[in-house]
Amino acid sequence: MDYTLTKFLWTLLGLFIVLNWGMLMSSTMRRIGARVAGRYGIPWYQPWIDLTKLYSMRSQLTHGTMFYIGPVFRLMGGVGMFLFMPMIFGSDLWSNYSFSGDLVLILYFQFFGMLGMALGASEGGQPYSAIGISRGLSQFTTVEVPMTLAVISIAIQYHTLSFTDIVAAQQGGFMHWTVMTNPFATAAAMLSLLGAFGHSPFNLVKAPNEIPIGPPTEYHGTFLGVLRTNGAILHVAEAAMFMNLFFGGAGSWFELIIKTFLIYFWSVFVGTVFPRFRIEQSVVWFLKWPTILGIIAIIIYM
Amino acid sequence: MIDLLKDIENRFQTTDSVQQKDRQAFTTVDKGRAIAMVTWLKENAGFTSLTLLTAVDWIEDGVFQLTYILNNPTNGFELGIRVMIDRDGATMESAHHLWKNMQTYQRELKEMFGIDFPGCPRVDEDFILEGWDDMPPYRRDFDTKDYSTDTYFPRPGRGSNDPAEYMKKKMYPND
Amino acid sequence: MEKDFDKKALTDMYKDKFLAPENEKRQVTAPDGSIIEIDPLDDYFCQERPKELKPRKGAVEKFLNWARAESLWVLGFGTGCGSIEIPPLVTPRFDMFRYGVQMRPTPRQSNVFIISGYLSVKTLKRAIRSYEQMPSPKYIMGLGSCTINGGMYWDSYNTINRLDHYLPVDVYVAGCMPRPEALLAGFAKLKELIKEGKGEKANEYARNFDWYKANQKKIIKDWNMPDFNW
Repeated sequence: MDYTLTKFLWTLLGLFIVLNWGMLMSSTMRRIGARVAGRYGIPWYQPWIDLTKLYSMRSQLTHGTMFYIGPVFRLMGGVGMFLFMPMIFGSDLWSNYSFSGDLVLILYFQFFGMLGMALGASEGGQPYSAIGISRGLSQFTTVEVPMTLAVISIAIQYHTLSFTDIVAAQQGGFMHWTVMTNPFATAAAMLSLLGAFGHSPFNLVKAPNEIPIGPPTEYHGTFLGVLRTNGAILHVAEAAMFMNLFFGGAGSWFELIIKTFLIYFWSVFVGTVFPRFRIEQSVVWFLKWPTILGIIAIIIYM
Repeated sequence: MIDLLKDIENRFQTTDSVQQKDRQAFTTVDKGRAIAMVTWLKENAGFTSLTLLTAVDWIEDGVFQLTYILNNPTNGFELGIRVMIDRDGATMESAHHLWKNMQTYQRELKEMFGIDFPGCPRVDEDFILEGWDDMPPYRRDFDTKDYSTDTYFPRPGRGSNDPAEYMKKKMYPND
Repeated sequence: MEKDFDKKALTDMYKDKFLAPENEKRQVTAPDGSIIEIDPLDDYFCQERPKELKPRKGAVEKFLNWARAESLWVLGFGTGCGSIEIPPLVTPRFDMFRYGVQMRPTPRQSNVFIISGYLSVKTLKRAIRSYEQMPSPKYIMGLGSCTINGGMYWDSYNTINRLDHYLPVDVYVAGCMPRPEALLAGFAKLKELIKEGKGEKANEYARNFDWYKANQKKIIKDWNMPDFNW
């Protein structure tokens, strides 16, 4: 077969695997949280049933064009992040469409979805969505500050902006990983990861009993299905980004599954026993220690 | 408590004073002197806390009895003041200048009994019933069972059992 | 129903009496300075009656009904005293998440509306508004004896006696109040009904819309909202 077509089909297969793994991971995390609370929790196949039910709703209503485009933007953010990131190091077919400047592009896609959601949700006309959007965007902006500082520090350290090169520089054993060679950047990024994944203590924006669930208030049926699909893909893509940047990349799907699970588990581990921060508290928190660690990381490698 | 009751009997010509418990007493006063007495009790006798304002419908005598229950927080005395007002065209002087929560009690009485309190702010607003256009429902000549049967579709076949008879028949069927 | 529904007469009768000020026809100044006339009841609210949405056929619908039954999202609107029996379902003893039942805060995202306990006229107005905002297919569970025949408050001037004359009910759970185990049994029965294909009461609401609306308007006398609430 033609090489372009082969690569395209393998990328789609990678997307399918990531989607299913993301749903399985989210239900596993919810079960873990439930076990901490002493319950059994949802069955592991519940996200698939939820998506089937959402896509099969018979009646839907729309508030205009932007309302339609909001979830599509969000899905584009997640899929875009997946498309340009190499998943498995050493395999050309599983490296998707990464190229030499993709570090900046991935950071852009991470924020892009949130902006699209904001536009769509505000078209819905729900006043609660507007409050949720302002909270979500302000929190996410400050989450990005230590993350960007850590990424800049890594770019300076490895003299490159390409994921594949960064992963290649970390091969050769455990001591070559970025977590060992650049611990300040790793610390800053892992702290900002808590905010990016949206678990306690930073889940004020999406929690169901906070001003009815923020931006997705008015979304239902297929719209909500698209948002949840994106949620699954985005979580795996973000965890894979962290894996590539700080933990040495993955040589096979098995290694990817283990590493993304552990990275995602870090945010659940911290958050299961903590209550939520208010937005003003979380904004101040991110601008304190994580930013300081990020600045130290840049100064070291200047 | 007896001293207090004697004192207000002299001042305001109260009747039917009765001390029901160690710190609880009831007394009756005229409609014209009621608010003056309540004000005196609040300012001078230490009854600074309003517990309740409610009404009783004495349909046989043709009067409403308004009951103000005041409480003295320092020594725990509770004094209930009965005021009899006419049933037709029932109005009473408003006491919202003494306690702010009097407004809510008076609003409730206006909606449920039809007792008007002219001058009280927000007294005409709906309290619980929205769009009610029938007789005020707490009056005793309002038949709530008939109203419910007419307006809300009752399910046929609803029966009632006396619990003692029912259990007797069930447990000792041979008697 | 294809015959003409006399919407205008019914709306006019109540429009004069109890229309909220923000829903009246009036003139406003647009942001660009011109004076325009707006009619909120026509402009902002949907004017279509609810439609019957037929289920698909055969094995596809069976599969979708199975998915809908296994993932019931309950609206978090406690209408009466019976909603005290819903928080125990989230505790470890009766864990309802095992059965796929989750609570959602907004009617747009929920499938099941639990009417728990007596329904006063004031709450019925809000419950109608919430129910009509839910997307189809949707189910109602009536909790407690008050929804069945009036229960303890059968002779009250402010509570309804039969819920199914105002909203279409799928399953009743008897009791005063039913314990959480009874609620779980009610959910199991609802799942059974949905899997058999009998959870189509939303379509019945659309078919007999006039009758339901007439019953509702008979007791809700200050109807200051549009006839169709979605």
